[in-house]
Amino acid sequence: MAALKHLLDFEGWRRSEVESLLETARLMEEVLERPMKKVPALKGFTIATVFFEPSTRTKTSFELAAKRMSADVVSFAVSGSSLSKGESYKDTLLTLQAMVLDAYVIRSPVAGMAHQAAGWLRGSVINAGDGRRAHPTQALLDAYTLLDELSQLEGKKIAIVGDIAHSRVARSNAELLPLLGADVWAAGPVGLLPEVLKGARLTSNLAEALSDADAVMVLRLQKERMQDGSLPSIREYISEYQITAERMNLARPGALLLHPGPMNRDLELAGTLAEGSHSRVERQVRAGEAVRMAVLYHLLVGRAA
Amino acid sequence: MKLKARLLEAAEIERALRRIAHEIVEKNKGAEELALVGVHTRGIPLAERLSSLIERFEGVRPAVGVLDITLYRDDLSEIAVQPKVRETRIPFDITNKPLVLVDDVLYTGRTARAALDALVDLGRPQRIYFAVLVDRGHRELPIRADFVGKNLPTSRQEVVKVKLNEVDGEDGVELWQR
Amino acid sequence: MSLLIKNALLVDGAGEHGRGDVLINNGKIASLSGGEAATTIDGSGFVLTPALFDPHSHLRSPGQEVKEDLRSGLLAAAKGGYAAVVAMPNTEPAIQRPEDVRGLYQQASRLDGARLLLAAALTEEQQGRRLTPAGLLRQAGAVLLSDDGRSNDDAGVLARGLLYAAAASLTVAVHAEDTSLRGEGLMNDGALSAQLGIPGNPAEAEAARIARDLEVLRWAVRKAAPLGHQVRLYVQHVSSKRGAELIEMAHADKLPVYAEVTPHHLTLTAENWRSFDPVFKVAPPLREPEDVDALLRALESGVISSIGSDHAPHTRAEKERDLQNAPFGIPNIEVAFPLLFSELVDKRGFPLAKLIARMSDGPREALGMKEIRLRVGEVADLMLFDPGASRSVDPATFLSKARYSPWQGWRLKGWPLLTLLAGKEVWRDAALA
Repeated sequence: MAALKHLLDFEGWRRSEVESLLETARLMEEVLERPMKKVPALKGFTIATVFFEPSTRTKTSFELAAKRMSADVVSFAVSGSSLSKGESYKDTLLTLQAMVLDAYVIRSPVAGMAHQAAGWLRGSVINAGDGRRAHPTQALLDAYTLLDELSQLEGKKIAIVGDIAHSRVARSNAELLPLLGADVWAAGPVGLLPEVLKGARLTSNLAEALSDADAVMVLRLQKERMQDGSLPSIREYISEYQITAERMNLARPGALLLHPGPMNRDLELAGTLAEGSHSRVERQVRAGEAVRMAVLYHLLVGRAA
Repeated sequence: MKLKARLLEAAEIERALRRIAHEIVEKNKGAEELALVGVHTRGIPLAERLSSLIERFEGVRPAVGVLDITLYRDDLSEIAVQPKVRETRIPFDITNKPLVLVDDVLYTGRTARAALDALVDLGRPQRIYFAVLVDRGHRELPIRADFVGKNLPTSRQEVVKVKLNEVDGEDGVELWQR
Repeated sequence: MSLLIKNALLVDGAGEHGRGDVLINNGKIASLSGGEAATTIDGSGFVLTPALFDPHSHLRSPGQEVKEDLRSGLLAAAKGGYAAVVAMPNTEPAIQRPEDVRGLYQQASRLDGARLLLAAALTEEQQGRRLTPAGLLRQAGAVLLSDDGRSNDDAGVLARGLLYAAAASLTVAVHAEDTSLRGEGLMNDGALSAQLGIPGNPAEAEAARIARDLEVLRWAVRKAAPLGHQVRLYVQHVSSKRGAELIEMAHADKLPVYAEVTPHHLTLTAENWRSFDPVFKVAPPLREPEDVDALLRALESGVISSIGSDHAPHTRAEKERDLQNAPFGIPNIEVAFPLLFSELVDKRGFPLAKLIARMSDGPREALGMKEIRLRVGEVADLMLFDPGASRSVDPATFLSKARYSPWQGWRLKGWPLLTLLAGKEVWRDAALA
């Protein structure tokens, strides 16, 4: 199997490739359980995290993953001001490339940025989130967390709830989970649903999505949706779409609860649910590190001509 | 590649392993606390067989662990084909234990080097022995085995293939020309 | 100076006229059956037509000469087979005073290439609030009024603008998109934009604005008719099926509306966005294949009577930004004719005479000018092109400053070999001996 060079989204990925990656992630998690949580695999590789949009958890997770693999990490946080000085994303990336890098972990507020970067740069590009478009490592860690307990996703019902239209997490999960056989539902208020979500069934009826679900994935609700008019009332959202202990009862007993973070407690999720028995939120964080180690290994090792 | 010679048959492998098992017990002055760690792929069945032999001779069955050295290879930035990462499963605490690292072929010594690095990351063994079925020479690192089934002089253009029933459906050691 | 083009196939907006030997003397067509000339060109295998007329181009002067200037823009236009180009006024500052118009004409008079014609802003700074002086702008030589680049959100201002323009015998051109429905849209709104997570700009935003503007036009016609003024509304770059249907309904009502389509909306679709390349970012956005089919039918039937290039050059660096920050616009004036000849005439059997009509007669008519025909006494604004030889689109050879193209690498036929402006050569391809 030819190693994939970039991770931009799951377009063109085969089930076997995803499964192989998740299997490597499982072995990487075993590394994280050792007293010495570090292997020399990526010694001599240099990886840049380039965040054109603030994010602490994804950036930290990638950097930690790279360090666990003994790669050198260059962290490039771009403040809004340096771009407004006129330097383009492309120039910023080419400047970094001059430092001879093997991989670029890129987060951008604009869709398509990672694809563009893959065309500009010689190294591997890992999409750490581009606009509303894709966040493939989040979907991988979600799949990993689900597989951890459900052991396989064939025929499992996964409900994604919240602001689907503006969510890269929803898009990437809707691409990935059906590839593994899952039955994905996406629920939210009409103004926050896209026209289509490839791979998922859309509904504004939360109960329909939750009914007999094996897992519920709650998305963060951005308060700016009030300003742009796509959500008329937070109060109405809470009353109709907030995931509560009572609503979790619509799902299968013991259904898993996931959230990509950061959480707005008491908004998309009832306050204490994140610590409840359904919650796998902490599990997701550790899965994220293992998955990102696996991604780095798969993209970087075996590329030498 | 073309087959040049059949170097060892099943019975010779069996004899070599018996001898190694005896030597291990002798050198370690018994089998108490002893544990074996097989290196993927064929080191694992060899470690299992040695464990069984030691049990037969000593009445104590040493625990067997499984070690994957992929993440410790020193050539990952240079290779064109991605090696699959496999499981490392050592179901016992290695600290303060005498360990026997088991592999099928000792050649350049790079696998052994990686395995030693991996083992010391997992804990602090009392000491580490090294057992191999075949030593074919051409070392690139200052590494030697404590227990050798058979020394086989080879050229660098040759490939030594160890076949084991558990993996390959038969036992035997073959010499192939590249 | 006299010139004889021998044995070329003669085609104009009225039809094909067989082969002829066209003699050009003193800037006019002197004969279609040969004669004595200082220079002779063998037109065997080539087609001679009236030169193209571009009613919609962005030449970026004054103020944005880094993107394009009059010199590069007019040369590029001539290379594309155009004898005249109407430059849009969305410059820095906007072209909005009579002296702006005169100054630019004066500059252009010293330049080679196609003839410059100017559109002036309909409202001050194109803000859609206070009207510019249509009569004075017309006297200075403006041929069109438009706030292109922006949308005329205030219907009342547009209504009065149409009236004043009519009194000055000027057409008003509109960029019809409802800005609130368009929102932050970058590409066509639909299943693909939803899938790609890219903000969508719906076809309904265009249709809603066209529908409104047609009612505004109806009002202006009612007010202007008793005074004997001819109101003309020109809807730029219609991109959607629904947009074309609304124009057709307005024609049935005898409303004086003229519709335009661009080369890119006829040859590219939203699918191109899968590449995430901002080279495809344009407003209105590239639509669906069914829109392209509808636009082609409207172009054939005459519902859409004009092809405007909407040549919109930006620097390469600007177009290499991310999808959000890269500017809207596609440069195309050098490839528009070979592109449409290849994709419409050669591949789809669209009649050549009709393509010439839409790229020459239609735009002129919309601006109140008369068409050019291949007949004795007509001004020699002519184009000679090769319908046979194909060549790849190579942006490195562009005369425009915008040396990139969404059609890069496309093999096209119909490249202009010679462009004449009143008998004067403004473009001659090296391939023409």
